[in-house]
Amino acid sequence: MPTSTSKYQYITCDPQKCVGCQLCEYVCSFTKTGAFNTYRSRIRTVRVQEILITAVACRTCENAPCVIACPREALSQDRETGVIRVDEARCDGCAWCVEACDFGAISINPATKRAEMCDLCGTLEDGPQCVKWCPKEALELTTPDQQAQKARHDLVKEEVIGSGS
Amino acid sequence: MYGYSGKILHVDLTNRKSWSESKPEEWYKIYIGGVSMAARLCWENIEVGCDPLSPGNPICIAGGIFVGTPVPVGGKWGLASKSPLTGFLGDSLSGSWFAVALKRSGWDGIVIHGASPEWVYVLVDDDKVTFRPASHLLGKGTFETEEAIREELGDDQVRSATIGPAGEKLVLYANVTNDGRQAGRTGHGAVWGSKKLKAFSVRGTHDVKVADPETLLKFCFDISKTAQGKYTEKYRVLGTSSNVLSMNRLGLLPTRNYQEGEFEDAERVSGEYLYENFRVKTIACAQCPIACEQMRRVKDGPYAGAMSGIEYESLYALSSNLGIGDVRVSIKLIDLCDQGGIDTMSTGVTIGWAMESFERGVLKKEDFKCAKYPEGFEPNFGNGDAAVTLAEMIRDREGIGDLLALGTRKASAKLDAERGSESFKWAMHIKGLELPGYDLRALKTFALGISVVTRGACHNRSATYDPDIQGEVNRFTVDETRGKVARETEEYAAVYDTLPMCKFIRRCFTGKADRSGAWPVIAQLINATTGWNFQYEDVDLIGERAIAIKKAFNIREGWTRKDDHLPWRVQHEAMTKGASAGYLVTEEEHEYMKDLYYEVKGWTKDGLIPKQKLIDLGMQDVAKEIGV
Repeated sequence: MPTSTSKYQYITCDPQKCVGCQLCEYVCSFTKTGAFNTYRSRIRTVRVQEILITAVACRTCENAPCVIACPREALSQDRETGVIRVDEARCDGCAWCVEACDFGAISINPATKRAEMCDLCGTLEDGPQCVKWCPKEALELTTPDQQAQKARHDLVKEEVIGSGS
Repeated sequence: MYGYSGKILHVDLTNRKSWSESKPEEWYKIYIGGVSMAARLCWENIEVGCDPLSPGNPICIAGGIFVGTPVPVGGKWGLASKSPLTGFLGDSLSGSWFAVALKRSGWDGIVIHGASPEWVYVLVDDDKVTFRPASHLLGKGTFETEEAIREELGDDQVRSATIGPAGEKLVLYANVTNDGRQAGRTGHGAVWGSKKLKAFSVRGTHDVKVADPETLLKFCFDISKTAQGKYTEKYRVLGTSSNVLSMNRLGLLPTRNYQEGEFEDAERVSGEYLYENFRVKTIACAQCPIACEQMRRVKDGPYAGAMSGIEYESLYALSSNLGIGDVRVSIKLIDLCDQGGIDTMSTGVTIGWAMESFERGVLKKEDFKCAKYPEGFEPNFGNGDAAVTLAEMIRDREGIGDLLALGTRKASAKLDAERGSESFKWAMHIKGLELPGYDLRALKTFALGISVVTRGACHNRSATYDPDIQGEVNRFTVDETRGKVARETEEYAAVYDTLPMCKFIRRCFTGKADRSGAWPVIAQLINATTGWNFQYEDVDLIGERAIAIKKAFNIREGWTRKDDHLPWRVQHEAMTKGASAGYLVTEEEHEYMKDLYYEVKGWTKDGLIPKQKLIDLGMQDVAKEIGV
């Protein structure tokens, strides 16, 4: 039985597997802009201290706070996929959505001054390019329920066999 | 121009000025990046004959072709100055985000001139250069300094290369650190300290554009996936510290300051033992799909909490080489060196020299007085607490740490002059740079290869231990092939060090690591990035040119044939235990091999470079100055 009502997929990163190489950022920025610039990536790797590493992209939250926060109704959420859409004519780059996002997954494009976030590479046949490229298979397209199942499995393994196995 | 901006940034610390210099595309085709470009910038900007710790010695930083692109392991940068340890060119490489930030800031290279009257750090914010006060950062460790700068500027994307307390105090083998990686050898930290430069920080926001992204991405994807397979398994699982047991079996694991090549506690300081008992996480440099940095943490005992990425070279120097069989001490020592900003290898070998000097009675207990031990202490081999205390004393230049901060060559010369001793006989260096973790006595090709390296005793610049160990040549004897083997091995490494690219990827292009396997793919990567039309021969020339400019620098600084020497012990004292016992590299063998090497390089018998040779390499201006 599902433990979350959200069926939306999003990209998750396993911090145990992520080594912080940033290939996801290179390929994302290229896919979206035609140039390599990790500043322009819609998935962002984070390193806090040497060994705490992960990557973060839009979590396609239900009742997404960014959509609610937008004062100009420029953001909307695709009902089928949960992907956040930005109406470029309405968005004025005020960054309220950036502040509203608990995951730091939204940024303002410095050139166009419009909000940007992961769209799961919706128009590409082979899906999210970061997932395809991740050399460590740390990135995955998942749903909250799949994540919960995985957490339960990991917990059993850790409690029965011990960590690191 | 793709892959480059065509611009070099000059920063003058004395006058707080900066300016831009344009370089033509032809210049880039010859010097490319990494160690070669950094060396060339040093050649162009140094006051010839200057004291390495004077304002006339520039700090030269170079990026590379593949930085800021998805080309695997291409996120590296080169650093060159005249080395305070060797008096010749000191060229180092480091990896990761600093390189990428530099590329995106729009500069292909940086030359830092002069010296600041007060402690500063420089911030390059794309095109803008500012000089910021750094006195509040003094005494801070390397990682702490990076973090403090990010916090101060409020941007976690700012990348900094920093020095630790050891660099501030001019320890001659202090290093420069960025993102947990080090431009480790030849004493760059002391050069930065002499200029009162605590850090160099970069924020780079520009796009990186390449000539043919589709082709480039196709290659990158395949290489990244191949890099998850058997060709890199050694690096991905155990890391380079897997060498401990291999070297021990071959009788080549430096033990107790190179007195022997076999260590009774090798199992307990091995990569395998570290993996089983201390592993926390594997991390990568920016742009690297391999991820070789094996983070190991001490869980118990007096050094609980110490953590570092453990590389073989740091490990041997701070375990077997000091007779230390408790690897927790070694992890502590490596962590201490990394945060203090000192080269683990030179630190370990210099402490090894001090321990042997103590055991031989040249240094006495009272020579080791310090705040912690006012009566002094007895640093026998195997004494972990003594090793940690000595590393701290070196970092802080406390007590005898002030002498040890000079490295084995200068420290032994000073001690021997004062006491009439002969400690130079166990000072394990070449050109003043301490040896790496392979005993030279039964690696005859390596003995040649490492002795001719321009920066001194370095296994990265000349991996000639490889043909010896792989059995491509007989490692116990000398023959007429060794000059050629040394040349080819050295130039092969120089290609990687110049692009720059990490050599751990070398088998992942086609499965074959040799020139025929790697160069055609590297040529295509270069062409897809830059739009050039490089062929196999052009890639091959990158290496020869890199060696030529570095050697030319040394010649202009007074190099002569006798500077390509071996440590006294390697020529006079054989080991008594293990698979390499009984061997020496005699002076006759060594001089014979040097003849072979200079000849196959097309140099004179004195090791100088003919004018025509330099002209053929496209270095007319160098030919004019030092060609014969």
